[in-house]
Amino acid sequence: MNRDQSSPPTPRLALRNASKSFGQVRALVDGNLVLMPGQVHALLGENGAGKSTLVKILAGAHAPDTGELSIDGTPQRFASPADARDAGIAVIYQEPTLFFDLSIAENIFMGRQPVDRLKRIDYDAMHREVATLLASLGVDLKPQQLVRGLSIADQQVIEIAKALSLNANVLIMDEPTAALSLPEVERLFAIVRGLRERGAAILFITHRLEEVFALAQHVTIMRDGAKVYDAPAHDMTTAEIVAKMVGRDLDTFYPKAEVAPGAIKLSVRGLTRVGVFKDISFDVRAGEIVALAGLVGAGRSEVARAIFGIDAIDSGEVSVAGRRLVSGRPDLALKAGLAMVPEDRRQQGLALELSIARNASMTVLGRLTRFGLISSKREVSLAGDWGQRLRLKANDLHAPAGTLSGGNQQKVVLGKWLATGPQVLIIDEPTRGIDVGAKAEVYAALSDLVRDGMAVLMISSELPEVLGMADRVLVMHEGRISAEIARAEANEERIMSAALGQADSFLGRAA
Amino acid sequence: MTLHADMLPRDSDRLAPPLPRWLAHLAKSRETALFVVLLALIACTGLARPQFLNLQNLRDVLLNVSIVALLTAGMTVVMLMRHIDLSVGSVVGISAYGVGCLFVAFPHLPVFIALAAGIGIGLLAGSINAALVALGRVPSLVATLSTLYIFRGADYAWVSGGQINASSLPDAFSKLATGSVLGIPTLALIAAIVLAGLALYLKQYRGGREYYAIGSNPEAARLAGIQVERRVMAGFLISGAIAGLAGALWLARFGTVDASTAKGIELQVVAAAVVGSVAITGGAGTILGATLGSLVLGVISIALVVLRISPFWEQAIQGALIVAAVAIDTLLARSLAQRMMRKRDHG
Repeated sequence: MNRDQSSPPTPRLALRNASKSFGQVRALVDGNLVLMPGQVHALLGENGAGKSTLVKILAGAHAPDTGELSIDGTPQRFASPADARDAGIAVIYQEPTLFFDLSIAENIFMGRQPVDRLKRIDYDAMHREVATLLASLGVDLKPQQLVRGLSIADQQVIEIAKALSLNANVLIMDEPTAALSLPEVERLFAIVRGLRERGAAILFITHRLEEVFALAQHVTIMRDGAKVYDAPAHDMTTAEIVAKMVGRDLDTFYPKAEVAPGAIKLSVRGLTRVGVFKDISFDVRAGEIVALAGLVGAGRSEVARAIFGIDAIDSGEVSVAGRRLVSGRPDLALKAGLAMVPEDRRQQGLALELSIARNASMTVLGRLTRFGLISSKREVSLAGDWGQRLRLKANDLHAPAGTLSGGNQQKVVLGKWLATGPQVLIIDEPTRGIDVGAKAEVYAALSDLVRDGMAVLMISSELPEVLGMADRVLVMHEGRISAEIARAEANEERIMSAALGQADSFLGRAA
Repeated sequence: MTLHADMLPRDSDRLAPPLPRWLAHLAKSRETALFVVLLALIACTGLARPQFLNLQNLRDVLLNVSIVALLTAGMTVVMLMRHIDLSVGSVVGISAYGVGCLFVAFPHLPVFIALAAGIGIGLLAGSINAALVALGRVPSLVATLSTLYIFRGADYAWVSGGQINASSLPDAFSKLATGSVLGIPTLALIAAIVLAGLALYLKQYRGGREYYAIGSNPEAARLAGIQVERRVMAGFLISGAIAGLAGALWLARFGTVDASTAKGIELQVVAAAVVGSVAITGGAGTILGATLGSLVLGVISIALVVLRISPFWEQAIQGALIVAAVAIDTLLARSLAQRMMRKRDHG
């Protein structure tokens, strides 16, 4: 857009027109990024906008299909992470990759330890050097300390210290603040500002807009795998940024049934799991679809798992149709009329090697037995019934579930849980990784269910889906519900703002 | 033993106050804890049966433990990398018989050459394991389980019902077990030198530290530029070489070797390593700990004889010790994780 404005100094790093596909999925369509020395550059975008792919290209972990990368004006090709490191690029991931069983000093100097004349490691010299490094970052850590047990924030500091000891002058930080507390964030910012003053080029990926204004000089916004905007940070407003991140057409294939909500079926009060989510309260009524929106990592799936009793909770309670659930007992939750379709179909929802019929009947085997043995005939007839209702496309119900397409696999999972006759259905990312036609069918199935009086809690990262299907939207931000938005008032900007912890939320990040 | 101060971990301040003190202390140095257990074992047995504390018993313990301790050290190198080498018992067997055959053919073979031949046989076996695991990407549990049977099978075919007798061995070789230097059995001395060298390598050399890095986080090790495959191969070679040496020493110690020599010893070795706080999940453990682990198990087995307790209990106690060692590790890891969560939430 206005790349030419940054004229005089050569960029430390420039990536132009980069693309990367994984099979059919185009993760990056047109990646563009210019990093200047002495600048913090913020990279923004929704989940799935292509940020991670871009970072992996810069880190040498993925080779781009097209496009060119230059460091200090000379074209480069990274064949491995080692190449990127040798070019002075250091990447600090949200969850650092460290040796937990070794000391801080060894983590920083692994493979490059200072040695004496007999090639023995000079621990004293190494510890001195690391102590200096840590002091220059202003942190109170000892070189001899084990990394196991350190907070994520301290682990990131170690990664930064490692980058400094390697003389890296491009630092890429992938959502470094996602897991940090406020004081830890401030400490990290102080360190980043210090690095900036030393002339490093820093790429900072975040979902928190206030951090962008606190830290960055320049902003690049990505959407659907391409750069859509870049400008100096002080030229932009929060509203502008959100608008640029979202801006796309709403699809029209949501057959949302208008149902008058009935009695409260699911009631959650003060649900808390220390360090994961806090004080979650809401109701879902019969005939209602309530969406739980928010960014990846905001704690949505964790809340769902806790409601169902898979994960333990520290406080709070859950009732289904007025009856309080025993926490930590998914079997009792199931009996009480709660069903959950998990996020990861392949890992948690299906036994891929087993037959379709066996998968679909797994939740209700008790009802299918005759003299204690499972009747295969009943199994197939049950699967057939649900298959018809959900319009399952399968030639043979005895075939392994893994042979079905993603959309049909999802229908099997759905059918398996619906076979239990639940009153409340929790469904996590109902249409992830399935094609458009199958999506429409899953939406139609959901719509049928609420028409029959089911209460549905739907977790979704896809805003169009949330807007299209939900009667109410609960938005989560960092483990708390930051906004509740009725269908009539919901739009992408409001949800995104609340997911980022901005503006009209009633619980800001500063709280 | 001869290996001490410089091998004790220096990271003495890795745990903060909130842990119970005894737990914190235990975590600081599992080696110290094991040493205390060892002394307590000896003291208790000595109190119950004063005749237990004599030089002959001490010699027996040292001779018995030396071979297991050697094998445990080799196993430690492999376990540090999150691998396991179940074939060591078979390697000991085939190396012991091979060296015996050499003496039958060349009765005046120098001791030094005999030991080198044992190491050579071990290296050959180790290189097969190394190739399977590092190049063939066969999980080490499966790879070394199959070589356990293959080597043992080869041993049976080779021995075919025969055996080596002490009478075929030259005096100089038998002296390894019966002779002593400054009161310490020669065999124990050889073991101690190997253990000390290995301990020094693992603690003080870049290559040695890489074993810890690979086991702690293979992905991070690759990112740190470590040649993981090459290192894994070296680990299995070390384990094989040590098992080969142990085979030669076994021959010197027992004189009689047949096809079932050292059968099943690999489980004793894994037990000693685990009791010696070598993590089965890789990345943690020391030669000192592994050696103390084999000493504890060795002392227990002799103490049971002295106390006239049924040998059945030896195995039960071994099992209980393994459970205890693993339970303590798990408890510690969990309490650390909990502390971290709390810190994050309050931070």
